[in-house]
Amino acid sequence: MKQYGKFAALIVVIVGTLVWLAAAGINETKTYYKTIEELNQMGEAALGKRLRVAGDVASGSIVRSGREVRFVLVQNDHKLTVIYNGVDPLPDTFRDGAQALADGKLGSDGVFRASRIQAKCASKYEAAPGAKPAATRAGL
Amino acid sequence: MENLGSLAVLLAFCLGVYAFLGSLIGGWKNKPYLVASAERSVLAIWFLLTVASAILVTALLTSDFRLAYVAAHSNRAMPTLYKFAAWWGGQEGSLLFWSWLLACYNAVVVLTNRRKHRRIMPYVTAILVATQVFFLILNAFVASPFRVLAVGREVTAVPDGRGLNPLLQYWAMALHPPTLYLGFVGFVVPYAFAMASLITREPGDAWIHTTRRWTLVTWLFQSCGILLGAGWAYAVLGWGGYWAWDPVENASLLPWLTATAFLHSVMMQEKKGMMKVWNMVLVAATFWLCIFGTFLTRSGVVSSVHAFAQSPIGMYFVVFLAIIFAVSVYLILDRLDYLKSEARLESVISRESSFLFNNLILVASCFAVLWGTLFPVISEAFTGEKISVGPPFFNRVNIPIGLFLLFLTGVGPLFAWRRTSLESLKRNFLWPSVAGLSLIAVLVALGVRHFYALVCFGLCLFVAWTIVAEFYKGSRAIRARTGQNWLAAAVELTHRNTRRYGGYIVHMGIVLMFIGFAGAAFNKHATVEVRMGDTFRIGRYDLRVLDLREGDNENYSWQHAVIEVRQDGRPVGTLEPERRFYKASEQPTSEVAIRRRLNEDLYLNYAGLSNEDPSKAVIQAYVFPLVSWIWIGSATLIFGCLICLIPSKTRREYPRTQVVGVVERYAAVEK
Repeated sequence: MKQYGKFAALIVVIVGTLVWLAAAGINETKTYYKTIEELNQMGEAALGKRLRVAGDVASGSIVRSGREVRFVLVQNDHKLTVIYNGVDPLPDTFRDGAQALADGKLGSDGVFRASRIQAKCASKYEAAPGAKPAATRAGL
Repeated sequence: MENLGSLAVLLAFCLGVYAFLGSLIGGWKNKPYLVASAERSVLAIWFLLTVASAILVTALLTSDFRLAYVAAHSNRAMPTLYKFAAWWGGQEGSLLFWSWLLACYNAVVVLTNRRKHRRIMPYVTAILVATQVFFLILNAFVASPFRVLAVGREVTAVPDGRGLNPLLQYWAMALHPPTLYLGFVGFVVPYAFAMASLITREPGDAWIHTTRRWTLVTWLFQSCGILLGAGWAYAVLGWGGYWAWDPVENASLLPWLTATAFLHSVMMQEKKGMMKVWNMVLVAATFWLCIFGTFLTRSGVVSSVHAFAQSPIGMYFVVFLAIIFAVSVYLILDRLDYLKSEARLESVISRESSFLFNNLILVASCFAVLWGTLFPVISEAFTGEKISVGPPFFNRVNIPIGLFLLFLTGVGPLFAWRRTSLESLKRNFLWPSVAGLSLIAVLVALGVRHFYALVCFGLCLFVAWTIVAEFYKGSRAIRARTGQNWLAAAVELTHRNTRRYGGYIVHMGIVLMFIGFAGAAFNKHATVEVRMGDTFRIGRYDLRVLDLREGDNENYSWQHAVIEVRQDGRPVGTLEPERRFYKASEQPTSEVAIRRRLNEDLYLNYAGLSNEDPSKAVIQAYVFPLVSWIWIGSATLIFGCLICLIPSKTRREYPRTQVVGVVERYAAVEK
């Protein structure tokens, strides 16, 4: 039985380390999903937290200047100005009217600084329902 | 024609139900004719689905835009290859493709086992067909690819289709889904054999011997699929990465991890009769995760950059997953007595123990990835707040796991069964350890400070050394006897035991891939706005924008930057990153330009013109060290896996299985 004790000890050490790493990893990277409306209501509480905000990119609002890209997200008439200055190039589907997810933090000036942007219909194998006027009228 | 297609799918569904009931009742009441007719139905299902698929493919190739599916996923200007690839480019078509692949597998299983495993075959057939029926329900009633466009009661065609998503118009992406599906679908075969052997309490491990090749083939396809996906992400998505821990990517990785664990732990069962329950759990888990991955990709449960459009098929998958779960858990728990282990663990430093830890760590990794992927769903259920975790979480957990696995890759195969003597440890590991540690010392002296990268490089050399040493020792022995040259001796050695030496080659592939992964610690990037003629610098490269060109063809219009590259001041040619605008789908894409070299890749993306100053182009430049080794490692891994599939020259029979009596029974059947 002594051998099994050794195995048990090793397994506990390994699993324990992994759980510890996982817990630390979660705390370090956890991102809250918020709507723009919720974000506006959070006020001070929103500062410094990692947040993920979804919305539609307002038409004509995308402005590139140097490394920064500035645009406005709209969701049910609530607006949020976003500045993106991340490393990755913006996805190809990021353009006027696209549904976008912005990961980042809210600055004290009310501007959202995103480090990652996902455009929701990026490489979606089919356009999301309603995202594009359906060219088809499937019936029968 | 589309009516014929729908009819074929419907008929296949009816036959599927019949084959399921027939083989189940036939097996239970011992009615050979009923079983035989069920097996023939399986072949008929294959025929019907081939007809249905041929009709859909013909419609795609001939641009029959009366079909909703064709109109949504193809257009006239698309190259023929992509018209064909549109078969699996959308929800309905890819489900039909799944079904057809499954039917192919089922037909092969039925044909190759006509005279073997007669006692368990009815149940194998029943399980295979049950899976088939599930997909046929989707094909026939939920997501039919044969729906036509109609205005009022009139069937109409649109003048041109919307085209395949431009991001999918790339060679690796045309191949990625079929290979991944082949891997996913194929795992139903080991699962069916495992469960059938549980149902009948078949003595011995016959199912393992039969399904070993199947498992390896499906594992090979899964690996190819994942790697092609990674290659596609690197070359097409334009962000320079090959892996982003996106939910859909994770979905393909999960069953691969458990399948890898199974491939290792199954050796314990073959050679020692241990870990039987565990193997059953792994087979069931892998199959479950294959279906779960399909569900995750198609249901929109977790938001992902590349998921299929949301659709109502999610519920069907949930029900099917619940059934698989219930059946597997019930069978395993009910048959625990049948799964008793025949040996015990004896020493921490032994082959058994290295397999045990290999499995523990692979499953832990699988669990961590699953947890991270589902975290938004889990946190919303428990705290009401939707919280996601990002790539840093996955890296934090999986980098140490990967390094530990790499270590086991080196030591495991050299540990003896049962227990390893100190003497043999010294003989096998002294020089590899010295080499690995020296490499780390040299790298530190050269100024490398990244901890994980250092450990990774050291381990890579350590493992590579042990593998080469194994080939060297074996070849030397053969040379001494036959006087062949080194290469011939190594080939002979591999041929004698393809499983072992093919496995080493796979391990070598993994080592090479880890070299590539470690390179990511040294990535460089720069985003610049430049005028024509401006020069900017990244790493050892000076880049000068020479020109912006524009053009147009039937499928898309394009604009690209011509960039002159100088390395250490020496001109090495031009790169032309491009932006395209696909006409049918009205979607822009970027085509990056990559200068691939063994030491590093120069990777350029043309992001378009600056909004503020349209005379300036926005260029993103990256240097990715060692990335090519990932692709070289992938090729090595595939090669090694193919070697494993070649039968060994000398047949190996394990004493234990003879005791149980499987071999005799095999011999009796073969006569």
